[in-house]
Amino acid sequence: MTAALALGDDALVLSHRLGEWAGHAPVLEEEVALANIALDLLGQARVLLSLVGDEDELAYLREERAFRNCQLVEQPNGDFAHTIARQLYFSTYQELLYDRLARGDSPFAPLAAKAVKEVAYHRDHAEHWTLRLGDGTPESHKRMRRGLEALWGYTGELFEPIEGCEVDWAALGEEWLARVTSALHRATLTVPEGPRRGAWAAGAGRQGLHTEPFGRMLAEMQHLHRSHPGASW
Amino acid sequence: MVTPAPATPLETRLRELAGAVPDPELPMVTLAELGVLRALRVMAPGRVEVELTPTYTGCPALESMAADVERVLHDQGIPDVTVRTVLSPPWTTDAISAEGRRKLAESGIAPPGPRGAGGPVAVDLAVRCPHCGSTDTKLLSRFSSTACKALRRCEACREPFDHFKEL
Repeated sequence: MTAALALGDDALVLSHRLGEWAGHAPVLEEEVALANIALDLLGQARVLLSLVGDEDELAYLREERAFRNCQLVEQPNGDFAHTIARQLYFSTYQELLYDRLARGDSPFAPLAAKAVKEVAYHRDHAEHWTLRLGDGTPESHKRMRRGLEALWGYTGELFEPIEGCEVDWAALGEEWLARVTSALHRATLTVPEGPRRGAWAAGAGRQGLHTEPFGRMLAEMQHLHRSHPGASW
Repeated sequence: MVTPAPATPLETRLRELAGAVPDPELPMVTLAELGVLRALRVMAPGRVEVELTPTYTGCPALESMAADVERVLHDQGIPDVTVRTVLSPPWTTDAISAEGRRKLAESGIAPPGPRGAGGPVAVDLAVRCPHCGSTDTKLLSRFSSTACKALRRCEACREPFDHFKEL
């Protein structure tokens, strides 16, 4: 179940990253919004990982190299604009992918059909913040651009075919680029230049190769479960 | 899809009881009014299977709903209750009954409008303030106290309120 693992890990890891904003978001409404998006993603992760095995074991007891998430979602939050850039790239991708999967007959079609409607709100949230920051003050514009550029090198991996997902990846990539380009132009921003994957590692999350910050994130995410196996509320 | 057999009188009665369980996060509406109770079947004497569908995939209230339904059925002398979660067909806000909508509005939560083609778009349509009835309301945040609600403010009476988002 390579595909369920890849999609499930994307959702799980991004959920954890967004959860890290709790107590740190710039305004209360965003605190709540990011936590709600994280919760949607966690729900998706639970369904997807349960298709593979025990959800808790998969989330808490796997080593870094066994995770199949793309490297984009494991990138640290950075400032708020950086997080919004990650949200824009990922939610646009996830909405397009789930929309296609929902129309197929794979084991995750029911989940995709349900989640695509939730993800539409995530993408809408990211687009509105991209507009507001890009077309805001010189400072917010600068930070938004910085976030978009810093994460651009991780977007190529999103369109590496995932075994078990019967979608036209090239068409998905083109539609993604058109949508992101349109959102950025409306926000007075430009599409970053440069390669969409790094020569060193970007593009390998699906093969279990991750970036340095991921290990630290996993240590925090898995610590409680590993220290107190079977703990419950 | 297999056409289910007609409900027996016992199933109808148990379904009414299970459907009357209040939503843990929106206790003014019942599971039946919210449209999340999909099915109830008596599999054998003393053995009942219930299907619930989540509003949102990550809805944390689902486990507590399942526990409440189990308790209600245990109280009816059904020892063996299995509650299953079903995702397909996906729940939509159109599944909330007219009575459910009325109760939401009465409790200060603007009920969802009819669904647009692409979820978030419908949010821009006029949403009526549940306090004063004005349609001059403004979106403050797309996500509010729960994932299923957005936060709005009425420009007429200046009160903030939750809006059950179209899904």
